[in-house]
Amino acid sequence: MSHIALPPDLPGIRGAMAFRPETARPLNALVEILLTGPSTLSRGERELIATFVSSRNCTHYCHSIHGAIAAAHLGGDEALVKQVKTDFTQAAIGPKLKALLAIAGKVQQDGKLVTAEDVRTARVLGATDLEIHDTVLIAAAFCMYNRYVDGLGTDQPDDEALYRERARRVARDGYVTVSEEYLGNHAHAAAH
Amino acid sequence: MPHINLPEGFPGISAGFTYRPETAKPMRELAHILLHEPGSLTPGERELIATYVSSRNNCHFCQSSHGAAAACHLGDATVIMQVKADFLTAPISEKLKALLAIAGKVQQDGKLVTAADVEAARKQGATDLEIHDTVLIAAAFCMFNRYVDGLGTWQPDNPDLYAKMGRHLADEGYKEPSIKHPVEQPAPAM
Repeated sequence: MSHIALPPDLPGIRGAMAFRPETARPLNALVEILLTGPSTLSRGERELIATFVSSRNCTHYCHSIHGAIAAAHLGGDEALVKQVKTDFTQAAIGPKLKALLAIAGKVQQDGKLVTAEDVRTARVLGATDLEIHDTVLIAAAFCMYNRYVDGLGTDQPDDEALYRERARRVARDGYVTVSEEYLGNHAHAAAH
Repeated sequence: MPHINLPEGFPGISAGFTYRPETAKPMRELAHILLHEPGSLTPGERELIATYVSSRNNCHFCQSSHGAAAACHLGDATVIMQVKADFLTAPISEKLKALLAIAGKVQQDGKLVTAADVEAARKQGATDLEIHDTVLIAAAFCMFNRYVDGLGTWQPDNPDLYAKMGRHLADEGYKEPSIKHPVEQPAPAM
């Protein structure tokens, strides 16, 4: 049961966003730029950072959907996504991404834990300033999205097939386009 | 020293915003709706929630700038100190106390918020929209705080600077930068 009366049949962040379309728009715009906008990090890499942080925050809806989107970008490799959640240091990912995940893991706890040494390590492995910036902001932003989803007590289904199906559409069309279906409908309903 | 090559003389989040305007835009819009636009709790109450969460996250820049904005809205700087120290004994409404209790749980982990916390806020007159905005303000400041700290931004100890920023934020909101030009930096300590 959600803590407030959210629109029905919209699990996780979707119900919260449909409840308040005004805040949903910048929330979707931010995730769209960070995870799908032009970047030297691949979409799969950025989704892995979002998945890892959501998994560390134990937010089932977010780590399931972003894990499924990451897999969609990574040729359907769900085992790799699972490995990043469990122990990324053992995952078959590049050393640069490992260094960025280490930074993301510190931001997830407290931004002040990030050291010059963490950043130097990432740079030595080829990370640019913009990649480091975006890693910090993706990790910070998912500390928001996760708390938003959990703090309202939203419905977070267990069915993996549901996340897989939705992930295919988000991977193809992006966050803003996919969100219009429920933000648009809600605004339409409210207008009547 | 910031961890990346941020523009010099821009304190706190203004450095991140100047460095990456594409992400600054939705972040500013979000803050503007959550803290400034009408239709929810008063701006002073919402700035207090932002200040409280930033203080719990030990983010100097955010608690100072939003504390200054709250003081402008409320015409009272001592209440800010009291809310940071112990909001239960601060001279604020019972409704705001119940909402701050929810915000404090979201700051740690959203899953800590219970039906009883929400019921307590409702009993004091909180609406669903006010509860929603409390949760999202607390969550959003867990982002803003981590962004400011995680980049190792410059967070000066300069009450005049924060007072000026607070004035701008209280009057104009968040759509336009409150820091438009580099601020003079003191000489590094020897």
